[in-house]
Amino acid sequence: MSRVVFPARVLPYLLLSPQIAITAVFFYWPASQALWQSVLREDPFGLKTTFVGLANFRSVLADPNYLQSARVTVVFSVATALLAMAAALWLASAAERVVRGRGLYRTLLIWPYAVAPAVAGMLWLFMFNPAMGTFAYMLRRAGYNWDPLLDPGQAMTMVVVAAAWKQISYNFLFFVAAMQSIPRSLIEAAAIDGAGSTKRFWTIVLPLIAPTTFFLLVVNTVYAFFDTFGIIHAVTGGGPARATETLVYKVYNDGFVHLSLGSSAAQSVILMAIVILLTAIQFRFVERRVHYG
Amino acid sequence: MQENRPLAGLVAHLVLVLGVLIVAFPIWYTFVASTHSLQTILSPPLPLVPGDRFLDNYGEALVGGIGQIGGVGIGRLLFNTAVMATAIAVGKIVISILSAYAIVFFRFPGRMVFFWLIFITLMLPVEVRILPTYKVMVDLGLIDTYTGLTLPLMASATATFLFRQFFLTIPPELVEAARIDGAGPMKFLRDILLPLSKTNIAALFVILFIYGWTQYLWPLLITSDSRMSTIVIALRKMVSFTDADTPWHLVMVVAILAILPPVMVVVLMQRWFVKGLVETEK
Repeated sequence: MSRVVFPARVLPYLLLSPQIAITAVFFYWPASQALWQSVLREDPFGLKTTFVGLANFRSVLADPNYLQSARVTVVFSVATALLAMAAALWLASAAERVVRGRGLYRTLLIWPYAVAPAVAGMLWLFMFNPAMGTFAYMLRRAGYNWDPLLDPGQAMTMVVVAAAWKQISYNFLFFVAAMQSIPRSLIEAAAIDGAGSTKRFWTIVLPLIAPTTFFLLVVNTVYAFFDTFGIIHAVTGGGPARATETLVYKVYNDGFVHLSLGSSAAQSVILMAIVILLTAIQFRFVERRVHYG
Repeated sequence: MQENRPLAGLVAHLVLVLGVLIVAFPIWYTFVASTHSLQTILSPPLPLVPGDRFLDNYGEALVGGIGQIGGVGIGRLLFNTAVMATAIAVGKIVISILSAYAIVFFRFPGRMVFFWLIFITLMLPVEVRILPTYKVMVDLGLIDTYTGLTLPLMASATATFLFRQFFLTIPPELVEAARIDGAGPMKFLRDILLPLSKTNIAALFVILFIYGWTQYLWPLLITSDSRMSTIVIALRKMVSFTDADTPWHLVMVVAILAILPPVMVVVLMQRWFVKGLVETEK
């Protein structure tokens, strides 16, 4: 493609310099440090560093706590993504059906997006904590032994619900946009052929919004992996008994609280690999959507 | 038009009302709690309607006893958070416009290298390089400074891409006409490109303001002095379920104040918010 461009030698570099400078100092420098530290071992006093090759990775991957944390992350991400997407899809298909008040419903449904994840977690904790939460009180009155601060399964349920709650608005907007782009003639033809609304949903709407669904699956997974640190940190602190310790929380905890440099760096590198994988999947999909969507 | 069934419409409304209730309830609950006394909050169940302590609680949290949270007033925390959100949003937009402009409207050696250097940062979120980034910040003396809170978050591949995509849709004739009329590159940027980008800038501003306001891990790492803390971090520090002295009625007020500004931005600038959200993720 030949674009009309401005002739200039120095100006483009000047224009790029702020972004490149920030990127170099705060992205590339620390990332390369993480790569470098992941193959070093430092003694506890920080006096001597030795090159240990892949030993840090071996010990991280053999650590039962790390594997437990990986399992926790998978369970947490899958549960959060499924819950947030199912709820949003349900609401979006209802919003498609109403004629009046659609704008009002949208306004009322999108604002949790603006709530910080950590605050979202705390809101749910206010309602469900055993000391003063109204719902905890009701559950106990109903004879259910509820204490998310002690029971691992209940703690996980609470962080999943809080994380999914915050993400519903985002998914809702995308599902609504996807459903509006389905040609009305398709739906009408199916209706004339006698397909009821449930059948139309499963055989026409759902397949046609599949690209958006897949896109949201990737975005929600990335969200559950990385953006929910605040929820975990504010609500459970990884507990009880490591039941909600996700990979990102563990990197933070091992690096900052336990100060084990090599292990934390190796974990960072593994996380980078996961991000690169997820981004690659996302971009492949974007390519596809450009062609067929 | 499909079959006209009033019952189906009614069910759809019911589903939506239920959804709105679930989505709004945690915030309503917190608001209600913020208007009751500590004693009422500590003896569940909490009433479903606001109490009569609205002015007392908000007054006490905002102006009463100085230093509610680690010796810092809420005004200061809100100010820090607002500075952080605004600086990140404005900085990101300015930096991204400049680099997208360079990449789209100039041809120079190394253009694609720079493009990829920016692109790859998508894959390096703070979360995967926590410790080394912290070390860089310590070495540069940026801990507990506004620069430290904002500058490192200003480089963004997504914003650069959004502007790049938009600049690519500018017809070449426009650039040609500007050049024939003798406009230099900076004049073209200021007088033609920026006015055309207004809606994109507004949309991005809303998204980035919320992004900045809701940051958690970054301020947690960069601030140790509570005077530099953000309201979200301060709220977290106030909450303790083991400590019997937690002033829950004030915690609820702080929670509401932490939520209110970004929610107002989303609701009042809804059109740009939706546009920004859908377009940044393309």
